[in-house]
Amino acid sequence: MRELVVLSGKGGTGKTSLTASFAFLSGRAVMADTDVDGSNLPLLFDVSVRRRESFYSGEIACVTDDLCVGCGRCESVCRFGAVHREGDRPRPKYKVDPLACEGCGFCYEVCPSKAVKLQERLTGEWFEFETRAGPLVHARLAPSGENSGKLVGLVKREARRIAKERNLDLVLVDGPPGIGCPVIASLGGVSGALFVAEPTVSGLHDFERAANLTAHFGIGSMICVNRWDLNPSLTERLEERARSLDVHPVGRVRYDRSVTQAQREGRSVVERESPAAADIRNLWKNLEL
Amino acid sequence: MGDIPSRSIVIASGKGGTGKTTVAVSLALTAPGPIRFLDCDVEEPNAHLFLKPKIDRSTLVTVPVPVIDAGRCRSCGHCASICRFSGIVMLAGKPQVFPELCKGCGGCSWACPEGAIREADRAVGVVEEGLAGRIEFVAGKINVAETSSPRVIRAVRRSPSGRPWTLIDAPPGTACPMMAAVHGADLVLLVTEPTPFGLNDLKLAVSSLSHLGLQFGVVINRFEGEDCRIHDYCEKGNIRIFAEIPEDRKVAEVYSRGDNIVDTLPVVRDIFIALWGEIQEAMNRSDGLRMDGRSCSS
Repeated sequence: MRELVVLSGKGGTGKTSLTASFAFLSGRAVMADTDVDGSNLPLLFDVSVRRRESFYSGEIACVTDDLCVGCGRCESVCRFGAVHREGDRPRPKYKVDPLACEGCGFCYEVCPSKAVKLQERLTGEWFEFETRAGPLVHARLAPSGENSGKLVGLVKREARRIAKERNLDLVLVDGPPGIGCPVIASLGGVSGALFVAEPTVSGLHDFERAANLTAHFGIGSMICVNRWDLNPSLTERLEERARSLDVHPVGRVRYDRSVTQAQREGRSVVERESPAAADIRNLWKNLEL
Repeated sequence: MGDIPSRSIVIASGKGGTGKTTVAVSLALTAPGPIRFLDCDVEEPNAHLFLKPKIDRSTLVTVPVPVIDAGRCRSCGHCASICRFSGIVMLAGKPQVFPELCKGCGGCSWACPEGAIREADRAVGVVEEGLAGRIEFVAGKINVAETSSPRVIRAVRRSPSGRPWTLIDAPPGTACPMMAAVHGADLVLLVTEPTPFGLNDLKLAVSSLSHLGLQFGVVINRFEGEDCRIHDYCEKGNIRIFAEIPEDRKVAEVYSRGDNIVDTLPVVRDIFIALWGEIQEAMNRSDGLRMDGRSCSS
C-alpha cells in the first residue's frame, strides 16, 4: 500500500482541490483529511456517512470542590497557568482552565485530599464517508483545540484499515497547513510527500521550512507549483530551490478560475474539462502512483 | 514601557491562505498611530517578508527538560511513572529521557526521591524583535520538527507593548495555536473568502471565538460581488463585516513579489484606511460589533 501526503507549509495553496482530483483520477484510493481543525475535503463530494465516532485522548484535570481543602498546591505546581483560585482564604476554591491544562497530572499527584481528578479529554469526532471518488475519513477537532496530532494519527490509521479491508492500494492524505504538531503527525508512515506551493515570496519561504521538515524525517518529496503563471520567474526560483533541497518538481498548474468554480459546485477540478484540469491530469501522471 | 494600555487586534482565519498576513501588514502600514506588530504564525511566519524589519534582539523559547544524574539515580522508576507523555521511560531498568516528548511540567523532578533530576532548558523556538520603520516588530519562529507552537506564541504575546495598538497575525485554523494567539484580544478580525471552504472554516472559527467569549468581526477577501454566502451567513448571525477586498489578479501579483498592496494600489489603501475607521468606531462603542447592514453588492 502506498501513502502520499499532500502538504504546503502555507495554507490556501490548493492541497484539498488537488487531493480530491487525485482521488477521482486514481479510482482506487482512500482519502484521509488530516486538516482536523479546518477540514474541507468532504465539501467537494456528496458524502454519505458510514460511521461517526467520538475520539478521546489525553487527560484533563478537574477539582472536586467538596473534597478540596483549599491548600493551593495544585495552583502552585502548575507551570501552564491552568489552575486558578476563586474566592478567598480560609476556604478558596480552585478551577482548572481546560484550554490551558496540558493534562500532565502534576496537580493530581500533589493534591493531599484526592480532590483533583483526571478525566479523559474529548479530542474530537471522526467520520467515515462514502464518496463518488472512494472512501473518505474526516475528523473535527473539539472546541478545546488540543491533541490535534493524536486525531490526525487516528484518521490515518482508519484510512489504512479501510484500504486494507477493501483492497485499495493508495491512501491520499490531505495535510494540514504549517509545520507543527498535526503536520508532523500527518507524516507518519507515508511513502512520499507532495508539496503544493504558490509562486509568492511567502510561498517560497513556507515551502523551504516545510521541505526542511520532510528532510528531517527522511521523507522523499515532490513539488507542484500552483497558479504558477501569477509569477513565472518566482516559479522558476521555487523549482530551482526545490531541486537544491532534493525535492523533485513534478508539475505546474496554471491560475484558472475554474478551480474555485469547481469548489462552488461541490466537485473536484478534473470532473470537468478546463486548463487547470489538464494540468492536474499531467501532474497525476508524473506522480506515477 | 507597558504603562499605556494597548488595544490588541488579532487577524485570524479558520482557513489558511485567505490573506491574514496581507490584511495584518496592510493595517500596520495604514495605522493611525504608533503600533506594535506580533507575528504569531510561528510555524510559517511571513510578515517580515513584507515589513522588512531590522531585527536587533532575539530570545530563545525554551522548555525545561529533565537531566538525570546517573550517580544519584537508584532506578526506582517514580519519574517514569508520573510522566504522562512518555518523556521519561524505563528501558532496561534505567530511566531514559526523550526530551522532544517532554512538556516541561516538572513532575519528574518533584517525584524523584533522590533529588537526582535537575532541569535544563531546551530551545524549541525563538522570538525576534526589532523595528520596521516606526513599527515595533516581534515575530516568533518555532524550530523545524518541534511541536509546541502555543508555547512560542505565548512567548510572543508576553512581550510588553508601549504602543496604543497591537496588531497580531495569527496562525490558521482553530486548534491550540490559534487559541493561544487570540487569547485576551480586544478584537479578532476573521479574514475569509466567499467560497465553500472559506465559509466552512469561518463557521469553525466563529464557534471557537464564541466559546472564548471574544469580540470578533469579518473581513471578506477576494470578493467578486456574485457569491453572497459570507454576507448571508454574517447577516443571519449578526456578525459585523468590517471590510471587503475585491478579487483582483493585480493584488495577487503585487503580493507574489513581496510588495505591499497598500503602497502599490491606491484603491486598496483606501479600503484599509476605511477599515481602521471601522475598527476605531467599533471599539469605541459598547455594542460595537453589531451588523451594520452591509449587503452583498450583487
